[in-house]
Amino acid sequence: MRVTNTTGTAMQLDVVRFAYRKGREVLRIPNLTISAGERLFIFGPSGSGKTTLLGLLAGVLRAGSGAVTVLGRDLTAMKPAERDAFRGAHIGYIFQLFNLIPYLDVLDNIVLPCRLSAERRRRLNGASLEAAARRVAEHLGIGALMRENVARLSVGQQQRVAAARSLIGTPEIVIADEPTSSLDHDHREKFIELLFSECREAGSTLIFVSHDRTLMPLFDRCVSLPDINEAA
Amino acid sequence: MLLLSLAYQSLRHRKLTSALTVFSIALSVALLVGVELVRMGARESFSHTISQTDLIVGARGGSLQLLLYAVFRMGSATNNITYESYRQFAEHPAVEWTIPYSLGDSHRGFRVVGTTGDFYTRYRFRRDRRIEFTAGHAPENVFQVAIGSDVAAALGYRLGDAVTLTHGVSSGRGILDHEDRPFKICGILQRTATPVDRSLYVPLEGMEAMHLDWGDGAPPLPGEATPASKIHKEDMKIKQITAFLLRAKSRIDTLRLQREINTNEPEALMAVIPGVALGELWRTIGYAEDALAVVTVFVLVVGLLGMLVSLYTSLNERRREMAILRAIGAGPRNIVFLLVAESGLLALAGTVLGVALVYGLTWLSQPAVEHHFGLFLPVVAPTPTGWAYMSAVVVAGLLIGFVPAVKAYRNALADGLGIRL
Ligand SMILES: Nc1ncnc2c1ncn2[C@@H]1O[C@H](COP(=O)(O)OP(=O)(O)OP(=O)(O)O)[C@@H](O)[C@H]1O
Ligand SMILES: [Mg+2]
Repeated sequence: MRVTNTTGTAMQLDVVRFAYRKGREVLRIPNLTISAGERLFIFGPSGSGKTTLLGLLAGVLRAGSGAVTVLGRDLTAMKPAERDAFRGAHIGYIFQLFNLIPYLDVLDNIVLPCRLSAERRRRLNGASLEAAARRVAEHLGIGALMRENVARLSVGQQQRVAAARSLIGTPEIVIADEPTSSLDHDHREKFIELLFSECREAGSTLIFVSHDRTLMPLFDRCVSLPDINEAA
Repeated sequence: MLLLSLAYQSLRHRKLTSALTVFSIALSVALLVGVELVRMGARESFSHTISQTDLIVGARGGSLQLLLYAVFRMGSATNNITYESYRQFAEHPAVEWTIPYSLGDSHRGFRVVGTTGDFYTRYRFRRDRRIEFTAGHAPENVFQVAIGSDVAAALGYRLGDAVTLTHGVSSGRGILDHEDRPFKICGILQRTATPVDRSLYVPLEGMEAMHLDWGDGAPPLPGEATPASKIHKEDMKIKQITAFLLRAKSRIDTLRLQREINTNEPEALMAVIPGVALGELWRTIGYAEDALAVVTVFVLVVGLLGMLVSLYTSLNERRREMAILRAIGAGPRNIVFLLVAESGLLALAGTVLGVALVYGLTWLSQPAVEHHFGLFLPVVAPTPTGWAYMSAVVVAGLLIGFVPAVKAYRNALADGLGIRL
């Protein structure tokens, strides 16, 4: 079942504060609202707290105060296990680099979220895990690599496997933390286009983080983290 | 299930370290279970040093002493038994057979046992093994001797060699050698891997003949001794023996006979049940096994610590893996489970391999070990202690897995999605 949000808001932060260590506040964000289906670009210099923000949105980190509302549910009010399950079901995540579990092959890496989350599996609408994985993989141009050892892939191929993994089971939200910074310019644009078209097809909200501002024109909306972060 | 299969694949990915860890645990387990097997085998072999004998009878004294001189050929009897008393019980209606022993002489450190033909036909050890010969046959006349395999090996004797027996028990050349009456080797016993191998066996009459013309424990004066050629088996009158082994017709008879012997008048006799006496003796020397067990437990602890070290050191390299799993929806608890499952699998694999190793080795080495050490290693299902050891290893493996797992849990909470390399 898809979580419906009548408001059209996918995510919302309200007076959120976060610190890794007491007294060293990294984030203080009065408000950030992300609409459903939006393609949002967040940028900021290294160390400005981009990854930290994504951790809050994904429910890996817990805000010290304030409300983090995702798909209509307040993550700060959930139990840790609930947050993990929620993330597994509704959010796809791509890291900057080394996204893959080294001891699993391409196919097993892609289907991992569906095996971990029953709800994510249900969203395949009856398609087998493998068929679903193949479908996304074909779209991303890695259909021929399904049984490949992930250590033997090029960086660009690895990132596409990571994208396939974040997209399988059509999660409402896809979060990408600098997924293109290790790719050259041509591959970067190609990768982003593929990501866009997949997100469009699935109706997913895309939150894309980078310090590379040349990518800005491709997105619906751009936010500078230092601008919205009062702790900066 | 998913996490278990992840744990398995992760271990397979790190083949070499996993294999080494499994192997080191396997060695520890093999040692632990092996020591247990040897312990069992030793106890079993020990308690079957002598079989099918229901009572060992000697002059009244310590039961341990009786066991030692009658079975283990160690120490000596303080008193003998008259031949009449022996015959009285040998002919007892409840008695199936007896084997008399006359002890007290030696040959270059090995005990000489005077006995009858019953020894060669009735004596049993290791449940149902009997005395057999590698060469020759049982003594047939007075001055023939059959020698145990250790005696033959140590002294390099062959059939037909003549040996001189020594009065009393001493090693080397005795002061009172029965030089005038040498014995001829007529048989060499097959190895039994029991104290039987360490003796020479002469007929009771031979024992008597050696001491013919002796008075008050002193040899006859030169010239007064009857020449060996004039001594005949039929003429020898046996006056006393040292001990005898007895087989009763039934179990109930055994106890009744024991009581009867112990209360015998006027000669004070004593009968002990070999199983009971052997058990007592085993308990007194049993602390050696405990020492062995302690050492093996230490070996096991070292093996498990090795696993801890290898899991713990792999943890830093795997922080990224943990972050990926978290991003996909795995919670810190899942990560704990994953690591504990890994160590559990390692411990389980190590245990299985170790047990297979020990049983394989036991099976292969069984004949050789039995031949050389007289130790019968039974290839049987593990004892309750054995099972306890095995489950303890797996449980310890799981528990040890918690150390890196808790560390990973903390990392997982602290790192968030930022991955430090
Ligand atoms: N696990 C952690 N424990 C303590 N401090 C942390 C941790 N992760 C990040 N920080 C601190 O929080 C701040 C923000 O870090 P974060 O990783 O969010 O930055 P970022 O914008 O993603 O940087 P980059 O572009 O280099 O990835 C930094 O000052 C960093 O030192
Ligand atoms: Mg970052």
